[in-house]
Amino acid sequence: MSALIELTRFSKNFGSVPVLQDVDLSVREGEVVVILGPSGCGKSTLLRCLNGLELGHAGQYRFAGQELPATTDWRQVRQQIGMVFQSYHLFPHMTVLENILLGPLSVQKRKRVDAQQQAESLLTRVGLLDKRDAYPRELSGGQQQRIAIVRALCMNPKVMLFDEVTAALDPEMVKEVLEVILDLARSGMTLLIVTHEMAFARAVADRILFMDGGRIAEQSAPESFFSAPQTARAQQFLEKFSYVENMPKRKTS
Amino acid sequence: MAFDVEFALSTLPAFVSAVGVTLQVGFIAIGTSLCVALINAAITAFGWPILRPLVRVYVELARNTPLLIQLFFIYFALPALGIRLSGFASAIIAMTFMGGAYLTEILRAGIDAVPRSQIESGLSIGLSRWQLLRHVILPQAGILSLPALFANFIFLLKETTVVSAVAVPEILYTTKSYIALYYKTYEMLAVMTGLCVLLFVPMSLLLRLIERRLQHGQFGS
Repeated sequence: MSALIELTRFSKNFGSVPVLQDVDLSVREGEVVVILGPSGCGKSTLLRCLNGLELGHAGQYRFAGQELPATTDWRQVRQQIGMVFQSYHLFPHMTVLENILLGPLSVQKRKRVDAQQQAESLLTRVGLLDKRDAYPRELSGGQQQRIAIVRALCMNPKVMLFDEVTAALDPEMVKEVLEVILDLARSGMTLLIVTHEMAFARAVADRILFMDGGRIAEQSAPESFFSAPQTARAQQFLEKFSYVENMPKRKTS
Repeated sequence: MAFDVEFALSTLPAFVSAVGVTLQVGFIAIGTSLCVALINAAITAFGWPILRPLVRVYVELARNTPLLIQLFFIYFALPALGIRLSGFASAIIAMTFMGGAYLTEILRAGIDAVPRSQIESGLSIGLSRWQLLRHVILPQAGILSLPALFANFIFLLKETTVVSAVAVPEILYTTKSYIALYYKTYEMLAVMTGLCVLLFVPMSLLLRLIERRLQHGQFGS
């Protein structure tokens, strides 16, 4: 398996503040990489650099074997890299189907019949075919997020980026969205996932990437990361999460 | 001095064509102003280097000088440069010059109000900047701007009275002609005010209704 995404000493600043420093990352086709780390560590920025929403300042970015300088025509790249955001960002003035078909029809110039057929089968896959003529405002957060995933998938991307896609959802909706992502992982799609759902990370990941202060602090298989993190920072980070899980009861009954 | 109702009513037929002229100037000016505003909005949104400051200059110039002076400039001063325009043409150009600037600002405010996340969302499915403007930004900016946009349509319709100054036979011009001929000032001002109310109030209400329809259809929540 060849590397689909390859970053070499990739760096990015916001003004004088470095947000990504010398990131080296290689993602194989079909691999599921989960990126963990404290707020502000550069997880989201890393994802956003991969589809050109942010541009790097130094280092190399190769996608599917091709070097992508900052002056790349990102529209080509973005068609191959689907992205799903924390707050769904569906277009509020379009129906579900219009949201999904905008890319395939106006960017990829595909035939409406084909695109619509694919859209409908993807909607069926996430259990929302009956919502195809609804407007986003008529849907729950979990439904909107599943539509956002379908919108990205309908471009037939090689990679999907998920940026804290369940952070704005209640637990029931988290489940319905995570199941869709799990299903994608099983189907062999390349995924890069930023999340704070530790159990999900453990279940879905081929590899965990722990970031801190704009650097990749640790990369390992999920089992070894969660049971025996190598860096002190990662240990600290994981303790914060187990603190919530193992919180003592206030009243002993 | 008694109010001569009979006289007031007798002048009404003469106002049929005057109302026609008012609406004609008004609607043409709204259409052309909207075109100017859309072009300016696109220039501002794309941030084209030389044109963008020019749009700023135009907006400030047009909004901070009186329509009457703009009109006089076109009608009386341009002939000195060898450009001779009819009253009607001058009226349309002056109204467009001013209206375009106001509508440009309104659309710009609407575009600024579209969340940045919508733009990123559009970019991430590979839309070009033009497609982004057409499919994502303008439809939402348009809806957000509707109240201000419609208020300005009515404003432009009312401002057509200014063009009476260059002998365009709209309602104020016709009113003034009657006053000059018969000295029936009260009656004629009453007729004109009545006509304005009859024309513009229903139009305002209609636009309000359309606005609510469109906004509900788009962002009901």
